[in-house]
Amino acid sequence: MSRIQACFDGLRQRGRAALVPFITAGDPHPGATVALMHTLVEAGADILELGVPFSDPMADGPVIQRASERALKHHVSLRDVILMVRDFRATDPLTPVVLMGYLNPVEVMGYEKFVMEASSAGVDGVLTVDLPPEEAGPFTTLLKDRGMDPVFLFAPTTNEERAARICAAASGFVYYVSLKGVTGASTLNVEDVAEHIRQIRRHTRLPVGVGFGVKDADTATQLARVADAVVVGSALVSAIESTAGDEARMHAAARELIGSLRAGMDTASRTA
Amino acid sequence: MGALEKSVARPQPLTLHDIREDTGLPDARGHFGIFGGRFVAETLMQPLLELTDAYNRYLNDSDFLRELDDDLRNYVGRPSPLYHAERLSRRLGGAQILLKREDLNHTGAHKINNTIGQALLARRMGKTRIIAETGAGQHGVASATVAARLGLECVVYMGSEDIRRQALNVYRMKLLGAAVVPVESGSRTLKDALNEAMRDWVTNVDNTFYIIGTVAGPHPYPVMVRDFQAIIGREARAQCQDRCGQLPDAVVACVGGGSNAIGLFYPFINDPQVRMFGVEAAGDGIATGRHAASLCAGRPGVLHGNRTYLIEDADGQIIETHSISAGLDYPGVGPEHAWLKETGRVQYVSISDEEALQGFHDLTRIEGIMPALESSHAIAHACKLAPTMRQEEIIIVNLSGRGDKDIHTVASRQGIRL
Repeated sequence: MSRIQACFDGLRQRGRAALVPFITAGDPHPGATVALMHTLVEAGADILELGVPFSDPMADGPVIQRASERALKHHVSLRDVILMVRDFRATDPLTPVVLMGYLNPVEVMGYEKFVMEASSAGVDGVLTVDLPPEEAGPFTTLLKDRGMDPVFLFAPTTNEERAARICAAASGFVYYVSLKGVTGASTLNVEDVAEHIRQIRRHTRLPVGVGFGVKDADTATQLARVADAVVVGSALVSAIESTAGDEARMHAAARELIGSLRAGMDTASRTA
Repeated sequence: MGALEKSVARPQPLTLHDIREDTGLPDARGHFGIFGGRFVAETLMQPLLELTDAYNRYLNDSDFLRELDDDLRNYVGRPSPLYHAERLSRRLGGAQILLKREDLNHTGAHKINNTIGQALLARRMGKTRIIAETGAGQHGVASATVAARLGLECVVYMGSEDIRRQALNVYRMKLLGAAVVPVESGSRTLKDALNEAMRDWVTNVDNTFYIIGTVAGPHPYPVMVRDFQAIIGREARAQCQDRCGQLPDAVVACVGGGSNAIGLFYPFINDPQVRMFGVEAAGDGIATGRHAASLCAGRPGVLHGNRTYLIEDADGQIIETHSISAGLDYPGVGPEHAWLKETGRVQYVSISDEEALQGFHDLTRIEGIMPALESSHAIAHACKLAPTMRQEEIIIVNLSGRGDKDIHTVASRQGIRL
């Protein structure tokens, strides 16, 4: 059983939704990432999403784009990100790690080489933002062969036909992008999200995560009632950005945000 | 049909048969071999599928094609002339050089062939707002122009670095009623403007149509832009046959994203006797690393929604390109060009900043035609090619735009401040 599936199974038994923080690897500097990952887990994260920096992050808003730019100032490569996961794994054998990024760095490394190195470093899932299932065939197969989960996005515009196609390709969990727009965009409508999640559940028994627009404990709490996982990205990356240069404050800010989301979500799940 | 129209014999309307050559490419999902496709976030998939459906529908709609044809004649000013550059040809002492005068189009470049097509499509799809990305500002101006013509709201994304370099075109867009949004991310140039326009489209897809200016981007853009630009080659082919009783022996066009080149090449694609040359920007020279020659010096990768040749570093990060011509300063290239390179149907070569400037001055002084710096790359290559050919042979060069916009660049290279 994959670490991701084990994680969701365990949470389901305890009636909890997964809290999934996103940080960009190498932001604000390469040495900060592994320690931050541990802090996030201590503060209540269930799964970690680690962004692979890319020069042209088309689906991301300004906050995550700036994080990519900060990491790229240090020339953080896909190989560096994989090594960070390996370091993290040395002391945390349990928390699933999902890499989230764009296809080109993987194309350059080569699909086979990437899946080999990522799986042996302890990567559990890969979300390639600009790789829809229509183009993902060979890559998806390679990932699954090495025991990693290909994670795919659902959008508010995804229709039934595409929903079926996405679910057929996905494993681990699926990720509902709760807004039209880019990461970190305005506020989301929980009713609307709930309706879309019901639509997705008609196509799959995989856990459904929700992201893009989760800003505070309130939103996270409401989403935890309807989703299996809540992803928080831009709000956390903003906190890192505003405290960059002061490691102690950065860890405190991350701990505080994740802690407050965790507390809110736990009350929600109990009432669910 | 407007109030002024009388019932008179109209030119034969365009049909799908006139537009598409028999190449069987791309496939239904936009692949040219391994190139092309739709590499976008899920949020954009449905809008792209809807656009593909609408485009395929209107491509078979005689009413739409008649409207397009009418605008191309009466608004853009087509057909553009095929001009025999006799003095230049004589100087070079080889093949005869014919110039396809896209510089004489309304707004001064080939860009409007495409923006008029996409804007008419936008209106038919019920979109009230158009967005565009621009580097040098030519596509932005062509988009703002058709938006004004059709009464559509227009927002143009432009890197702040390009805004600084192209103040004249920025003001021109504003005069036309467009909002020009500076893009401060990444390298603050064309590729970043494209990222930002994509982000706008994802957010406002309900009322917004994204007019991409080149044959790149996710399917259906490469094929749609090609179809709208292919009028260049269709006209050139017929004009050459009318005038010379034969097809050209070679066709030459500059390649940034590659829309003017594919527009000229495509109608000759099944004429193997016609040699084709795509001319990329070598900037300071390929060996210096400061260039924009993705086909000559890049490698395949995925950017902006399609798989194609890219200029990137060892980690797959896209790197800054350089060319004296802002319109060629792009790290990718249309996927159909990538395919035509692989199959060997088109030969891709490169011309440096210095050589392009020489082409600019030569055409200006010898023929009294001031070419855009983009087109000057094609001129410069034709000047190398012609002397290797016989005098009865014919080269068609796509003069894709006029050079007025580049006068400041040319002057500053000569140390002159205007």
